[in-house]
Amino acid sequence: MENNDRKELWRLFATFFKIGAFTFGGGWAMISIIEREIVDKHRWIDKADFLDLLAVAQSLPGILAVNIAVAVGDKIRSLSGSIAAACGTILPSFLIILTIAIFLTPDLITNNPAVAAVFKGIRPAVVALIVAPVITSARAAKIGWSTAWIPTVVALLIWSKLPVVSNPILFIVIGGLVGWWQLRNTRRREARKGGEQS
Amino acid sequence: MMIYLRLIWSYLKIGFFGFGGGYAMLALIENEIVTPGWITEKMFTDIVAISQMTPGPIGINSATYIGYVAPTQAIQPSSPLWGILGSIICTLVIIIPSFLLVRYTGQFVRRHRDSEIVAGVFNGLRPVVIGMIASAALILMNGANFGYEARDITVSVCIAAVSLGISLFTKIHPIAIICAAGVAGFLLF
Repeated sequence: MENNDRKELWRLFATFFKIGAFTFGGGWAMISIIEREIVDKHRWIDKADFLDLLAVAQSLPGILAVNIAVAVGDKIRSLSGSIAAACGTILPSFLIILTIAIFLTPDLITNNPAVAAVFKGIRPAVVALIVAPVITSARAAKIGWSTAWIPTVVALLIWSKLPVVSNPILFIVIGGLVGWWQLRNTRRREARKGGEQS
Repeated sequence: MMIYLRLIWSYLKIGFFGFGGGYAMLALIENEIVTPGWITEKMFTDIVAISQMTPGPIGINSATYIGYVAPTQAIQPSSPLWGILGSIICTLVIIIPSFLLVRYTGQFVRRHRDSEIVAGVFNGLRPVVIGMIASAALILMNGANFGYEARDITVSVCIAAVSLGISLFTKIHPIAIICAAGVAGFLLF
């Protein structure tokens, strides 16, 4: 491998390591920082290309920050680039969480009275922090009274823990298929209407 | 050793079906990891809390933590080595789908962004993803997280209500909310 190549791979890794180490909250919080590093500072790709990659990364499943890292790394240096960028993104989290996992054992959390009290306060707040995005994303997706039954039924069935029907993957597959079918029908109807008028 | 194979299979599914970001992924993690009993619900909430207070995406943080905790609890004699091995495996497995999908279907998605298959699937997933996040919250509203006695429940519900209000109506960072809740817990419990 050329020396220059290795240097660039190292820079990709280091850049994404920095992004992984200093952004709290994952995906959305990371996007503007990634853009600043990749587009403005290092000029690896231009803004239009970045938005293009971002759109792809967002429509695929998986961890958004990792998807972006793989897409950017792939664009710059193919497979080795995507591995360097992805490793950089996950390594800070991995090291920090592994350290915490080794020292903050479940036994410590339950048996030390001070730690136990702190976590008893934290747990309800965490639940609230998961409720908040339900409300904000429902508003953003323009979920009204006529469509609110879909997330409600999905949430209740997953919550029910009944066999088969509580599996989230089932709803992802059904949701995707129905969405595809609906859009196809709408477009065909429009096409037919357009055909009649002309 | 079975536990590693089970974790790999679970995390592959979580990676391939993880639409809608970290919070929606929680519903998948719950179904794959908490329901079979690899970790307790209390532990799961703690992992979410720790993920929110440390940098990095929630998916990676939870994979590393669960990968560590589940084998150390399941394998006897217990050793941190089982945990380290598990955390490496889970963290790598959850990103494998990203590589495959971004590298091999990226072109297709880019070319067909407005097509029925890409845009339609995305439209259909939107309400499902919201339901998944809601289910993660619903499952966690239990005695393990809110306490079993009247006083505990009252304090917990108050902490939850105040936290929800702050996160909806102010721009205060979630980390600050969690820290404040920790202080409240230390003082009130």
